[in-house]
Amino acid sequence: MSMADPSIDALEATGPREKWSFGALLRTTEIDTRLLGMVAALAVIWIGFHFWSGGTFLTPRNLWNLSVQTAAVGIMATGMVLVIVSRNIDLSVGSMLAVIGMAMALLQAEILPKWLGFDHPMIWIIALLAGLLMGAVLGAFQGFIVAYVGVPSFIVTLGGLLVWRGVAWAMASGRTIAPMDTTFQLLGGGSRGNIGGLWSWLVGIVACVGIVLLLVTGRRQRRKYGFRLRPMWVVVSLGVIGCGVVLGSVGYLNRYMLPERVAAERGGGDIPFGLANPVLIVILVTLVMTFIATRVRFGRYVFAIGGNPEAADLAGIKTRFTIVKIFALMGILVAVGSAVQVARLNAAVSGLGQLTELYVIAAAVIGGTSFVGGIGTIPGAVLGALVMQSLQSGMVLVGVDAPLQDIAVGVVLVVAVAIDSFYRRRAT
Amino acid sequence: MTVTADKADRAPLVEMRDIRVAFGGVHAVDGVSVDLYPGEVVAVVGGNGAGKTTLIKTLSGAHPADSGTILINGVKATIDSPRDAKAYAIETIYQTLALAENIDAPSNMFLGRELRTKVGTLNDRAMEDAARRVMGRLNPNFENFRVPVNSLSGGQRQSVAIARAVHFNAKIMIMDEPTAALGPAETAQVTQLIQQLKAEGIGIFLISHDIHDVYDLADRISVLLQGKLVGTVNKEDVTIDEVLAMIIMGKLPSETTQRELDDLHR
Repeated sequence: MSMADPSIDALEATGPREKWSFGALLRTTEIDTRLLGMVAALAVIWIGFHFWSGGTFLTPRNLWNLSVQTAAVGIMATGMVLVIVSRNIDLSVGSMLAVIGMAMALLQAEILPKWLGFDHPMIWIIALLAGLLMGAVLGAFQGFIVAYVGVPSFIVTLGGLLVWRGVAWAMASGRTIAPMDTTFQLLGGGSRGNIGGLWSWLVGIVACVGIVLLLVTGRRQRRKYGFRLRPMWVVVSLGVIGCGVVLGSVGYLNRYMLPERVAAERGGGDIPFGLANPVLIVILVTLVMTFIATRVRFGRYVFAIGGNPEAADLAGIKTRFTIVKIFALMGILVAVGSAVQVARLNAAVSGLGQLTELYVIAAAVIGGTSFVGGIGTIPGAVLGALVMQSLQSGMVLVGVDAPLQDIAVGVVLVVAVAIDSFYRRRAT
Repeated sequence: MTVTADKADRAPLVEMRDIRVAFGGVHAVDGVSVDLYPGEVVAVVGGNGAGKTTLIKTLSGAHPADSGTILINGVKATIDSPRDAKAYAIETIYQTLALAENIDAPSNMFLGRELRTKVGTLNDRAMEDAARRVMGRLNPNFENFRVPVNSLSGGQRQSVAIARAVHFNAKIMIMDEPTAALGPAETAQVTQLIQQLKAEGIGIFLISHDIHDVYDLADRISVLLQGKLVGTVNKEDVTIDEVLAMIIMGKLPSETTQRELDDLHR
């Protein structure tokens, strides 16, 4: 399946050579123009806020915080892409985040310690697995009602939004549950929940190896089937740029040093934070979800259902069961997001995740997911989450009033989708 | 007029006997029997609501029959889903083409039957490669393998739907109004393709509401009216007007008068 551009079907570039232009360059390199546009928008936002805030936005410290703040929404937005691509919606993610967060918190703060004692090494694993299972079950339950009972997902998850919020409150009668297991807390980042400078470099190097491997195997595959090859200079520059961006980001973030008190625990001196655990989770989730969306049958079916449900049915796809799986997957990702959120707060309250569904949906939509169905990408949604969070953090940094922040985010959401649909119309 | 004797010595590819489908109290298909031989084109014609599409859906698995028997190569077949039909090498090209507009031609061709690598991931390159091969036979000018099919022309989309059927070695092909949405050049292309498939021994059901669209291609013509089979005739034995009389009045050529045939054109 292809989200690639139209001009790459010829086996060989035939006919007169294309005149040089930016468009032609993009076609030769086969870069996703939508994604490139988002990166450009992000750059504008970052640089704009950097100057507006008098040089604080692009500091390692702020970018590090930004990366952690983006995590939970980014994780859940990857699932929302598949939900929206399949012509559904999930309005219940915020409330589900609360109910799962509450369950995980109760397990590790009140229930499990009775048997295992506080800070038993198994507690965080049991709590996390229970949360993931709960997410899958709640999601599948909603998906079942959508697919087999035939209630529109808007209604089912609107009901879920109310029900799960109520359940979250009832579970602890509105109490705040704290503190979390010390290992569990590491999922949320903070001064201990990160991997340090050295490991961050290693992650960066692994990413670079991955980029090179992808480019090499892609080229080998194309040669095997006799498809047109991208010019060597394109492949090499893509590799260099990709690795440069990865290593540059790691290097820059590594300049954010641990506070002295924490550094002293690890032997003192200048110790970099390195990548935060939630950021590692986002990266992992993005990779896995991209793989699911583009490389396996389930993902293909999700897109086919979004494009033409009837055709998917006639092709022999079990469309209903696929819908259940989509919602179950969404539930699992909500559980992951919930774990990050609860760990970061080191507490669970029944008001957790309020309005989160809207941010998650907005991130997916800013990232190019279309409500028509059948269109959307995982990396786009994560970038969308980053754009949203950048706006919010930036406005906090320069001291914009809270109501004005909401207005700005709302306007950006609508404008982003307007621009997107304008270009989409022009493209077809 | 009934099926000619020379078919008796060969086994029919498909035999549908006494098929019935009702929606609520309405008998959309009421005791219809049709058959199809290898290398033959049988046109199933009738006005709107005659039951053509419903009849054929029982064979394609999109809507199982309430009662009746389907024999494939003389053996009783159970077809409850599109999957079942495909297992019997029955491929359907729907009027709507049943393509997912947002994904490309190879992905559509292989939808539900994807080629996979050893580790179970989608093998897109192999699928594109196979698509290029089939398309090279059917429509050599087709080059848009990597764009969503919604950016293709009507004829190109038709080729994708047909390529899907051809690639999976259909023995029995069902085409619902295959040329209704096409221009003259594309229609000629589809006509040529049908001749080619026929020569390869594939049996084809052509569904149409307009006898003019399928008269030239058909070997036999089965006419439906209000859910019932009016009759099946050899094309060589009838004129278009006689078929029209069957479609409109439900009268077999032997029952119609010249006067009635003339009235059709009034």
